[in-house]
This record gives sequence, structure tokens and C-alpha cells, in this order.
Amino acid sequence: MIDFEHPEFEQPGFERAGFEPERYELHAAPLYSFVPDRRDFLKLLGGGLVVLVALPGAKAQESGSGRGGVGVPQDIGAWLHIAESGAITVYTGKVEMGQNIRTSLTQAVAEELRTTPTQISLVMGDTMLTPYDRGTFGSMTTPQMAPQLHRAAAAAREMLLDLAAEEWQQGKSALTIADGAVRNTSGATLSFGELTKGRKLTKTIAADALVTSASEWTIAGRDLKKVNARAIVTGQEKFISDIRLPGMMYGRVVRPPAFQASLASADAQAARAIPGVVAVRDGDFVGVACDDSSKLDRAAAAIKTEWKTVPQTNSRELYGYLKSHPSRGGTAVQWQPVDSGKSIEASYNVAYIAHTPLEPRAAVARWKDDQLTVWTGTQVPFGVRSELAQAFGVPEDHVRVIASATGSGYGGKHTGECAVEAARLAKAAGKPVKLMWTREEEFTWAYFRPAGVIDIRSGALDDGTITSWQFHNYNSGNAAIRSPYNIPNQIAEFHAADSPLRQGSYRGLAASANHFARESHMDELAHAIGMEPAAFRLKNASDPRLRAVLEASTERFRWGSAKTRPNRGFGLMAGFDKGGYISCCVEITVNNGKVTVDRVVQAFECGAIVNPEQLRNLITGSIVQGLGGALTEAIEFDNGRITNPHLAQYRVPRFADVPQIEVVMLDRKDLPPAGAGETPIVGVAPAIANAIFDAAGKRIRSMPLRLS
Amino acid sequence: MDLDINGVRHSVQSDPERRLLYVLRDELDLTGTKYGCGEGQCGACTVLLDDAPIRSCLTPLSAALGKKITTIEGLERKGKLHPVQEAFMDVDVMQCGYCNSGMIMSAVALLQRKPVPAEAEIRSALQGNLCRCGTYPRILEAVHLAARMANGAQHD
Ligand code: FES
Ligand code: FES
Repeated sequence: MIDFEHPEFEQPGFERAGFEPERYELHAAPLYSFVPDRRDFLKLLGGGLVVLVALPGAKAQESGSGRGGVGVPQDIGAWLHIAESGAITVYTGKVEMGQNIRTSLTQAVAEELRTTPTQISLVMGDTMLTPYDRGTFGSMTTPQMAPQLHRAAAAAREMLLDLAAEEWQQGKSALTIADGAVRNTSGATLSFGELTKGRKLTKTIAADALVTSASEWTIAGRDLKKVNARAIVTGQEKFISDIRLPGMMYGRVVRPPAFQASLASADAQAARAIPGVVAVRDGDFVGVACDDSSKLDRAAAAIKTEWKTVPQTNSRELYGYLKSHPSRGGTAVQWQPVDSGKSIEASYNVAYIAHTPLEPRAAVARWKDDQLTVWTGTQVPFGVRSELAQAFGVPEDHVRVIASATGSGYGGKHTGECAVEAARLAKAAGKPVKLMWTREEEFTWAYFRPAGVIDIRSGALDDGTITSWQFHNYNSGNAAIRSPYNIPNQIAEFHAADSPLRQGSYRGLAASANHFARESHMDELAHAIGMEPAAFRLKNASDPRLRAVLEASTERFRWGSAKTRPNRGFGLMAGFDKGGYISCCVEITVNNGKVTVDRVVQAFECGAIVNPEQLRNLITGSIVQGLGGALTEAIEFDNGRITNPHLAQYRVPRFADVPQIEVVMLDRKDLPPAGAGETPIVGVAPAIANAIFDAAGKRIRSMPLRLS
Repeated sequence: MDLDINGVRHSVQSDPERRLLYVLRDELDLTGTKYGCGEGQCGACTVLLDDAPIRSCLTPLSAALGKKITTIEGLERKGKLHPVQEAFMDVDVMQCGYCNSGMIMSAVALLQRKPVPAEAEIRSALQGNLCRCGTYPRILEAVHLAARMANGAQHD
């Protein structure tokens, strides 16, 4: 299967923020990357005890050329350091985006070291200090990073026990470890600091170190309040846009009037005449840096620009456009006849939507000679480092990216355009520059969740057996494209198209579109053969985990109860992606063409649960966010311009839109934990579409679902 | 121009038309108040002017003169957090936390006006505050809890 985590950005000419090719050559990935000697690197950490988690050989290469770590060993997934003071520090390339991994990973380490979470600090997403990491996406943190840290911490625990055994000349098996200290049978204790003092111990472990099994967890698997909660509620937490460096200037980019526009002329004289203003023109890039943020509007407006634009399509013609513009190498659709049973066909559309993180993209960039440091909110700090190195033609080890706290991303902050722009301004200004995108810029110059068309042809017998399933997805992507139902010979294909807008990752990726189409169509097929939708799904579901969530959600919902009012509707769905099983039931009311969601019951199972309350919070948040894509969110565009780039025109869910939400979490302690940041978002849209049909007899095949 | 922020006088040199948000953040380094849209649509920039919650991204400095400005940094009194802050922590509201300052300020204003608000009143008072992480149900829970905590404290 094609990995669709990083679809190529489809809009030529934007990719490099328009840097002039002569000046900003795209440098190929370096032929060699000179990794510092392991011992040099370890010197940085100082004395104490270090555990390195070695990845299986191929793993570190996974990300392909040019993105490999430089400056830190590449075959290491994480490391854990217990300093001579006893302080425990864990280094991971993962990034906290509000999915609460800072807390859950801390719990994993606390569990194995039998100590309290407050003794542990996590250094995350800093390309100079942490191991290379492909990025925080694809719900891989919990399945991959949590076990690595469990292992690292378990190995450290065994090392501490060995040290204590040696100290006391006692068998290790008689020693216990609790509350940050080792204790022997006579009750004497040695703290971690006492054990590591004056040591310089390093251990590299593989993937098979002994860890505590989920059923014995005492810290992981419990609720732990967010470790930085107090800083957040007091306004002390420093998000990217809150960072201030000495002498820092403020930046603003002068944007073209449309995508793919090129700069014909720019006159910055008037802007430069304002004291404290630096104006930059470099290829198609135009921007200003000001010593005082009050000058930004005036300085940017003082630059006179003329742009050459090219005609482009619009959102009204989008779906036809996607089907008629396959990208190079795209495969043709071949429909098969349906030999037995009743056959139906339908086509579903999904609009582009914007991530709309509450904190728009921001970056603070600082040059010291040819060394660049950029603080920015990104899920892929090492990828952004590569972008910066390429944009400025400097080696990767001259660039440090620090991904500190950000007002979330939902898959929308994988790239570094704001970082590159801030760095360009800082270079011209000779001072650090902070660049905060405006809301309108965030709506326009970031990237979108891919729009798509999904055509389905299917067939089923009267007893409910599905006999044919042909599923063709244009442009939106591959995630969860295959049906989890028991369908022999199903066809599920993705057909890449030339997207008119720049598109990229989004929470759940195409799993939302594919579930919307599939689960709407499952309903249509059930109705076509006159079968009850839940029974029809169960009839075709042989995977016990899929059945379990379906049964859990319908039971809690009391599926099959009579409607209390005629304009009420019930709808359900089930599905699977990224290790998580989901089933969602909704109750809605349709009034004068307006849909109100009254109640959502969602069952979710993703293996062993690490932190139940955080999981519940994440699932609830996904449901709320999913309501936007389901009912209201759609990017509109015309001829290279976004025509609704404001929150007043692009409605995301607010308090009034929040229904009664009930989350049923199935805990499978016998299964490894999977991530849960994404899949819970896919449930509401198809369930609501099915409920609208139930209430109003109208089948809506386009997301967002609009009755009129 | 003199501004009274969290009980402290600050002198700023600025155009009276300049929006309060940018003065707080860029001149005074009070960055707890957030930028989310600059258009009055998200509530991330909410502060109190006397006791009224306002969108500081739309409020010119001139409108704040002679009034008491309270920001998220000013809620804590002698090391003691405001009940709304306590409740946000107790309920473990936050995901990314970026909306929290504005949410908390709006909720503080509501509780001053209406010590025991009904659910519908909370929803409507906070309707202008966005949480993209979708933590609304927990925010409702936290505001209810804060109301109970505040009233309990009064009766003690
Ligand atoms: S920043 Fe003021 S309402 Fe959004
Ligand atoms: S917690 Fe992220 S916006 Fe509210």
C-alpha cells in the first residue's frame, strides 16, 4: 500500500515560498552525513547513566534521503539519562501538540523506573538534542515511542539494581526499587543519584528488553493530570508566538493576490524610509521586518508590488476537475460487472478543509554567522530542518529546529514555510525575527486536507451477503481505503489527481473521506436490500474487534429504539484505521433544512489503554472536530484565491454545536496500545449522513453535509 | 499613556488607536493573552475591562484608558489561583491549551455576573471562544466546578 502520510504538495511554484532558484538552489541531500562519534555525543550529556534504544537496522533509514538525522546518531530511537544528581531526562524527537504525549511518555518511564512522574523531564523535538524522528503523525507515538521508552527505562532500572547489588554485595533478586531509590532486605536505601554518582555508564538496548506488562501497570494506564497544566492556566506557558529574544524584530510577508502568481515588480523604497524597517525582496519573496510590531501594517502596505497571475479553477467545478485531471502515472478505473445480488452505484464528494489550528503558524529565527536556530510549531522538526538547510544552502548541522509548544496542528504543521520566511527576514535584518501568520494567511498559505471524489459500485444478496465491492478514490488518499468487512475480492483503489490547491496531511488523513463514503454506502446497500443497517454490518463483520465496537456503541445508544419525533433520525457507522476500531451512533433533528446533532455515542478500541482520561478527552475532541468537517467546513476558492479565509466565513464547531457525547472505551490489556489521536475523528460524518437519510429521506453524498 | 493592568500602572508610548492585544503582548510581554484571529472571532485574546470580557484584538487603547485591565496573568492572588483556573486543572481540560487563557477570562467574567450559571448560560457566554481541540464538554464541566468551588469558599 502506498504511504499517504506525505503526499507531494501539488502546487508548483509555491513549494519553496517562491525563492529565486539562482539564489536559493535546492541542494540535493548531502552525499555523506558525518555523524559525530557516539562518544563525543555522549559527552554532551555528562556523567551518570545513559540508555540508548537501538532501532532495527532499516528503521533509521525509513524516511529516505536527505531527511536523516545529522549531528546525532541515526540508529537510535530515544535515549534516557539519569544524571549524577539523580535527575531523569528522556530525549525523544516526538513533539507535543496537545495530544498529551509529554504526559503519557513520562508515565511510561515512571512506570518502569518505579518513580514519580515529577522526577522525570522530557526533552522533545529539538534537532540538536533529541534523536532523529520522522515526525509526530500517523498515530505512531503510542505504538512506537511508548514501548521504546518502556524498554529504555526498564533497562535503566536493571542497571540501577546491578549497581546497588554490587554496592551491597547482595543478590539482585532481593532488591526492590520504589520512589526513586533501591532498597535492600535490611531496609537500607540508595537513591538513584547515589547510585549514578561518579559513574559514566552507557548501555545500548535492542527491542527485546524486559518490560512490565500492561496488566501490571500501576502508573501507566492510570490518569495523570497534564504535567504543564499550571503553566497553561496561568498564561505562563510559552507557545511559539510568545517567544521573545533580545533585539528581536517582527516580520510580515507581502503576499501575492493568488496562488502561482509571480512577482513582476516590487518597490520597497517607501517602506525602507520608515525608521527601523528592513524590506526584503528575494525572487518572489517579499517581506518586512520591523523593530516595533506597530509598524508592520504600514511597512507592508508601503511596498508596491505587481504580480503576474495565471487562470485557475474554482470550488464549484472541483469534483469534475479532480476526476478529469489524473496526475502522471495515475491508474485508470476499471469497473467490473456485479454478477449476483442487487447492485447499486453512488458517488461521494469531500471538500478541502483547513486545519485551522487556534495558533496560526509562527516561527522565531536567529542567525549567528551561518548557524541558524528556529523555534517553530511543527510536527516534523527534522523535516523542517531539511527545508531550512535546502532553502539557505547550508549543511543540516548548521540548522537547529526547536519545536516547542504550539496551539496544535492536527496534521497541519508538518512543513516549514513560516520557518523559512522568518529565517529569510532574520538573515536580511541581522537580528532575530518573529513571524506570526495572520488568520487569513493560515487559511490561505498553509495546506489543506485533500478534497476527493469516491465512486462505489457494490452488490449484495437478499440475506445481506456482500457480493461485490468496488471503491475508487480520486485524490483524497489511501488511508482506510479497504473495507474492514468480510468481502472476498474487494477492489479499493486510489487515483492521484492534480490538486488545484496545495494539500497535505490532516488528522486521520483520507480515513475520514473513505469512511464517509464506505459507511454511507453500506447504509444505501442495506436499504437497497431492505435490511436493518446494524444487522447488515454485523452480518458482514467477522473481525471480532469490529463486532465488539459495533455492539458496544449500539448497546449504549439503545439502537433500535423508537423515534420520539418524526423529524428525528438515527445513524451509525463502524470502521478501522491505524490500529483503532471505531463505531459511532448519532441522533439528530432536522428542522427547516437545518441539522442539529443531539447525541453522539462512540465506541473506540485501540488495544491497551495507557491513560484513560486523556484518551477520553482525545476521543471527545476528535468527535467535536469531526462535526466541523461533517457539517460546516469547506474551503471555497476561485481562480487562485481562497474566498472564505476568515473564521466568520468558515465555521468551525463552537459551544452551541456540541451535542451530548458519550464515549465507550474498550480496554484490551492483552493487546499493545495503538495511537488514538486520529481515528476517532472519522465517525460522526457518515453516522450523521445516515441519520439525515433516516430523518428526512434524503441521501447526502457530499461532505460537508448540507441539506439545501 | 497610562494603563492599569492587573493592578499595576504601565506607561506606554503608543498610538491610541492601536489594539490592546498587541500592546499587551509586544510592548509589555504579557503573552498569556493570545492571538487567534485578530478579527473578534475566536476569543483567544479575551481580557477584562473593569469586569467586562472584551476582545483585546479589536479594542483600541483609548477605550482602555482609565479602566482596570485584567489579563490571565492577573488572576492569581498571593499564590492562590482563581477557582476557574483551579477547575481547569482539576478537570484536566486542556489539550494544546492555547484557548485556555481566553476561555478562563470569559468564564471568570461570567461567574462574576452570575455566580451559579445554568449550562445554557455558560454555553452562550463562551460561544465566542473557540477551542479547536474540541474540549468544550470539559470546559463546561470546569465552569460548573468553579462555580461550586467559589460558592463553597464564600460560605466557609
Ligand atoms: S484574536 Fe481576538 S478574537 Fe481572535
Ligand atoms: S485546547 Fe487546543 S484550542 Fe483548546
